[in-house]
Amino acid sequence: MRHIISLLMENEPGALSRVVGLFSQRNYNIESLTVAPTEDPSLSRLTLTTIGHDEVIEQITKQLNKLIEVVKLVNLSESAHVERELMLIKIKATGAQRAEIKRTTDIFRGQIVDVTSSVYTVQLTGTSDKLDSFIQAVGTASILEVVRSGVTGIARGDKVLSV
Amino acid sequence: MVGGTDEVNNVELLSGAEMVVRSLRDEGVEYIYGYPGGALLHIYDALFKEEALTHVLVRHEQAATHMADGYARASGKAGVVLVTSGPGATNAITGVATAYMDSIPMVVISGQVPSAMVGTDAFQETDMVGISRPIVKHSFMIKDPKEIPEVIKKAFYIAQSGRPGPVVVDIPKDMTDPTQKFEYEYPKKVKLRSYNPATRGHSGQIRKAAELLVSAKRPIIYSGGGVILGQAAGPLTELAKNLNLPVTNTLMGLGGFPGSDRQFLGMLGMHGSYAANLAMHHADVIVAVGARFDDRVINGASKFCPNAKIIHIDIDPASISKTIRADIPIVGPVEAVLSELNSVLAETGDKPAKESLNSWWKQIDEWRGDRKMFPYDEGDGSVIKPQAVVEALYEVTKGDAYVTSDVGQHQMFAAQYYRFDKPNRWINSGGLGTMGFGFPAAMGIKLHYPDEVVACVTGEGSIQMNIQELSTCLQYGLPVKIINLNNNTLGMVRQWQDMQYGSRHSHSYMESLPNFVKLAEAYGHVGIQIDRLEDLKPKLEEAFALKDRLVFVNVAVDPSEHVYPMQIKDGSMRDMWLSKTERT
Repeated sequence: MRHIISLLMENEPGALSRVVGLFSQRNYNIESLTVAPTEDPSLSRLTLTTIGHDEVIEQITKQLNKLIEVVKLVNLSESAHVERELMLIKIKATGAQRAEIKRTTDIFRGQIVDVTSSVYTVQLTGTSDKLDSFIQAVGTASILEVVRSGVTGIARGDKVLSV
Repeated sequence: MVGGTDEVNNVELLSGAEMVVRSLRDEGVEYIYGYPGGALLHIYDALFKEEALTHVLVRHEQAATHMADGYARASGKAGVVLVTSGPGATNAITGVATAYMDSIPMVVISGQVPSAMVGTDAFQETDMVGISRPIVKHSFMIKDPKEIPEVIKKAFYIAQSGRPGPVVVDIPKDMTDPTQKFEYEYPKKVKLRSYNPATRGHSGQIRKAAELLVSAKRPIIYSGGGVILGQAAGPLTELAKNLNLPVTNTLMGLGGFPGSDRQFLGMLGMHGSYAANLAMHHADVIVAVGARFDDRVINGASKFCPNAKIIHIDIDPASISKTIRADIPIVGPVEAVLSELNSVLAETGDKPAKESLNSWWKQIDEWRGDRKMFPYDEGDGSVIKPQAVVEALYEVTKGDAYVTSDVGQHQMFAAQYYRFDKPNRWINSGGLGTMGFGFPAAMGIKLHYPDEVVACVTGEGSIQMNIQELSTCLQYGLPVKIINLNNNTLGMVRQWQDMQYGSRHSHSYMESLPNFVKLAEAYGHVGIQIDRLEDLKPKLEEAFALKDRLVFVNVAVDPSEHVYPMQIKDGSMRDMWLSKTERT
């Protein structure tokens, strides 16, 4: 099963490489990874998605917690949460296609953020499944380039991940 | 002390190099094991003026790490290593990995090329922080000389607390510039918001463990290196004695319970005793303390101890339920948890039912029989059996030596036949299995405990991996005793080839061995050759009587001997070869 693990770590050089190194060293999967500083510049928030059996996920969270720079960690998939991924996608848009892509973008509540006579660049946010569906709807034949941010997320309700 | 004083504020002004040396002194470090080089010259110059620190110049950086490691295992304090950039750092890697696998506290200070040259493939540059990342508990690179005291304080704190381990501090040369002076103050304490190792176990879990334990019919204690590192031999022995429980130790845990005690069943696992492995297999409650259910202990994980409920006590939550699921996990320092468990049991006065415990002991005594704990074919005396050498060593040293070993058959024989009654006396590379470990480790112990007997049990394969340190021993007067079980062959490799590869001895035979007696003499030491069984004890006595000399005892032993018992791959704990022809 896919899990979203989100953690706060010291915003220090080398911290990210320790997290990533742990995954290759112990033969764990990383499906996606996103990281940036928080409102407290001494902390970074890192969110990753990984796939594994419950025992493996338990080891992953324990091993991550052991890293000195990791301050706090949560497995978002264990409770109600909001997850989002951002995608920018460049699509061939000529002739009748232009209207069709515009319509599809509206249906998915995306935005066209850049336009040329032959290309639309669409911005879309949502769950990874939604982004996958958009790609399917547009059809890979007309897609020129796709860039996705990787999943980020936050727990629903009062629960917060903070120091 | 070197450095100036700022008259106004009355604080000392030191260069980065001086701060490194001074911080080590203020941390209470006595010994540094190292090797100088370009990136370290400022630090070595500061060290030249510092009298409180003893520096040991090794002949190879790997030996420096093993010396620091041996010191740490015997004393419980972090060993300190000083190596230069590039090859100095990479040579230290094997020793850092050795310490990491056995959770040994160590601080490795490595020189680095100047900051401005980092990343340019400069002369003797290597990314030490990167190379060591998977094998350290933590690492630092100094970015500002002012950080040095705090980083060194943190390094020792991290290395020695929680589950211990090695910490690397990489210092670019410009950080130690002798012309740049900064205010120096060594912090008394450090706090890391992201690092808070448990200081006690969960009381509710401890109560549950006590209840399970007193309800047990066939209980056993399985304890490991965590009991040695966590200084918990006292409360562990109290628990075992109070409830009359059988005890088995892992290779790393020997000495955590007195080896000559009636309740001790011997080491367990791949080369564990018949009684220990059978008792584990049939147990209904296992108390695992500071042990990590290593693959060399549990044999086939799916067949492991089918009827047992498991109480697992460990400082590291990641060790619990990693390979074998624990029924009652308790995270905490083993000493604190065991002490609390003992007081809970004392409070209630509950004990396992006497009748069931008596029949359990009767069963165990049947398994033990009146044989030796590790029986072997003693032969007709025409050749010396390696087991007999360790038995003789035990007698000659009255069971009270610090014994180090390398890796292979001799290591297993030492673990099986030397009965360790005290913790911290048996020093070997259990996790990484590093050949070349034993001799430098013995040197580190001897330096710290000059009045104690320190013996390295080794083989002709392992000893040659760090034999250059014979030179260091002469320079610093380190009269360790080397007991070389010389069978002209890489014994453990050969054993596996005998058992699993149709006796095709592919590259396990050592030809052109040196004359070890003459070699020892060439380095200025004493060499003793033993070829006949009747000479074994008298010549060992002669060697240990030479208290102020390093003695290299080369014993010609039977090359065809195997280590038994040996668990049968992927089987249960009780599936073992007992000799070349018998199995369970």
